[in-house]
Amino acid sequence: MIEIKNLHATIEGKEILKGLSLNVKAGEIHAIMGPNGAGKSTLASILAGREEYEITNGEVSFDGNDLLEMSTEERARAGLFLAFQYPVEIPGVSNVNFLRTAINEIRDAKGEKPISAKEFMALVREKSKIVELDSSLASRSVNEGFSGGEKKRNEIFQMAMLNPKLAVLDETDSGLDIDALRIVAKGVNSLKSPENASIVITHYQRLLDYIVPDYVHVLYDGRIVKTGDKNLALELEEKGYDWIKAETQVG
Amino acid sequence: MAQYTENELAKDLDNQDYKFGFVTDVETEKVPQGLNEDIIRLISAKKNEPQWLLDYRLKSFAIWQKMTEPDWAHVKYKKPDFQNITYYAAPKQTKKYESWDDVDPEMKETMSKLGISLEEQKRLTGVAVDFVMDSVSVATSFKSKLKELGIIFCSFSDAVQEYPELIREHMGTVVPNTDNFYAALNAAVFTDGSFCYIPKGVRCPMELSTYFRINAGGTGQFERTLVVADEGSYVSYLEGCTAPQRDENQLHAAVVELKAMNDAEIKYSTVQNWYPGDENGVGGVFNFVTKRGVCETNAKISWTQVETGSAVTWKYPSCILKGDGSVGEFYSVAVTNNYQQADTGTKMIHLGKRTKSTIISKGISAGNSENSYRGLVQIQKNAHGARNFSQCDSLLMTDHCGAHTFPYIECKNPSAQIEHEATTSKIGEDQLFYCMQRGISEEKAISLIVNGYCKEVLNQLPMEFAVEAQKLLAISLEGSVG
Repeated sequence: MIEIKNLHATIEGKEILKGLSLNVKAGEIHAIMGPNGAGKSTLASILAGREEYEITNGEVSFDGNDLLEMSTEERARAGLFLAFQYPVEIPGVSNVNFLRTAINEIRDAKGEKPISAKEFMALVREKSKIVELDSSLASRSVNEGFSGGEKKRNEIFQMAMLNPKLAVLDETDSGLDIDALRIVAKGVNSLKSPENASIVITHYQRLLDYIVPDYVHVLYDGRIVKTGDKNLALELEEKGYDWIKAETQVG
Repeated sequence: MAQYTENELAKDLDNQDYKFGFVTDVETEKVPQGLNEDIIRLISAKKNEPQWLLDYRLKSFAIWQKMTEPDWAHVKYKKPDFQNITYYAAPKQTKKYESWDDVDPEMKETMSKLGISLEEQKRLTGVAVDFVMDSVSVATSFKSKLKELGIIFCSFSDAVQEYPELIREHMGTVVPNTDNFYAALNAAVFTDGSFCYIPKGVRCPMELSTYFRINAGGTGQFERTLVVADEGSYVSYLEGCTAPQRDENQLHAAVVELKAMNDAEIKYSTVQNWYPGDENGVGGVFNFVTKRGVCETNAKISWTQVETGSAVTWKYPSCILKGDGSVGEFYSVAVTNNYQQADTGTKMIHLGKRTKSTIISKGISAGNSENSYRGLVQIQKNAHGARNFSQCDSLLMTDHCGAHTFPYIECKNPSAQIEHEATTSKIGEDQLFYCMQRGISEEKAISLIVNGYCKEVLNQLPMEFAVEAQKLLAISLEGSVG
């Protein structure tokens, strides 16, 4: 699905990613954990195509295509979805209008016909149930006046609507209470299929109680320094990151 | 909110050059260039006007000659040479058409390029269209249906012939010929326009619509519109403007007068899309318009405008809230791109008690353009309990455009409440990225964000106009983020 090889990236001259490699296959869920400032959100931003980062080395292949050569919207249309850590508000643009535009742009890029209003509304009803999103939120302006939890649920709702191949969740659990966390996790789990994959970036282990990853990676100082299964997450929860840091420095 | 028409928008975006930039080859009859008393006499004679109107024109001309062109607006342009303008051009066929089949096919094509399709509008939308092409009305539809209700909706010239007493009673009472340089010029040389009268207690059942259009090269247009809503009546009036592409600057100096009698309501909506000049600022229409309405007791006038065109815009649709309890509203979206300059806003003059006004202005500047809001809220000393709310927002698309706000507030009554809010923001990179991450192209993302930003104003427009306005915003701002 996605293969990241030796990725180096800088912002304003400062190197954030220092040779990151990661291989995600269809049907897998990968968790990326790590201390603050390790480069977790940078990785998410680069995959989505933020322009302020400079890629100094490495390659990223997405479904066999050179991801770094694609524009942000081309990546999205090819099935890459980013659930934002801080979803932005777009005043005056209703959620449904926003999503219908997105769906039709993606369809248009594939040479498909626009979605009919009936089909679209049926999809909205079906998918809003997954994240227990009040149907009134669907007609409100994108994220405007939403609570933190509503914004995150809205991200998962959008993900469900767009049905991406690869979903990157950037600290989707931050700021969520336990009920919201459960709802978000339920959304992610219900979208899991043998054809798609997820990269779940998180600071805490607790999300992984609900979303069981196939792999857990520790990102530290711009590189993946340790990979394991879900037990690694539990170990991190218990022992913190200091032992990883020590291990890395020794190595 | 109007349905978002993605596909139509996509089609329009394929062709970002000025969509209406074509010239119709209809034989035009012009008077000689220049301006003097003889030209005014000639115009008046051609239009078979009564003596009082000719006298009014000549008096206005004398007033105009003593005036100087105003230069207080935040715009820079080469002053027009008033002797180098043709003041009258009419399509040569003078006979009126009995039916649509008689109309010159080329003229019909012009209309269909404009997207009017009168036949379809007649059938589907119930909009009566008075199409003004080069200053002379060529068609008026729905006339008979309106006539049943006693509503008069016709060209200004026809009104002068058929309802001279109404014209004489109301013309120049809201915008006198002494008002300003361009209003005086208009009063001297106006060629045509629209007249609308709604009798007492009648609610006009359809949106009244007029499409103005400059056609013959180098022809200035001096339209005059007069809308009189008698006691307790209601009318919604739409005005849409398009003009063909030209290299020389064209002058457009219109006058619009609205009179809302006791308990009457007038809703006046404009989508203005005159040729803005090319991306280097060459050419384009000078749009110097005087629009004003007077509200009697408990009357209401609501101005809504979407201004995307013209090289230079100088326009302040205003309300004189004369009667107690009267209401004035101004909703505006003004978009400037490339080298366009707009200085637009409103004046709310509170004379009566408990008068209320609302001003919502959204300025969007792109390219190297300059966009100014200029507004006056004046509370006179008898206007007890008057209230005003103003909100002026500016959105910047680039780093080299300008947005300016010049709000003037004069309050002579201590019981008045005046609120003013203003914001300036740059279009959010984060908003754009968010949209693009969902697969939306940058152009469409801009259009979405801008339409959202203008929603409060666009919501005031009748449905079909709102759709057109959304498209215009998208076309006007194509490729404008930087």
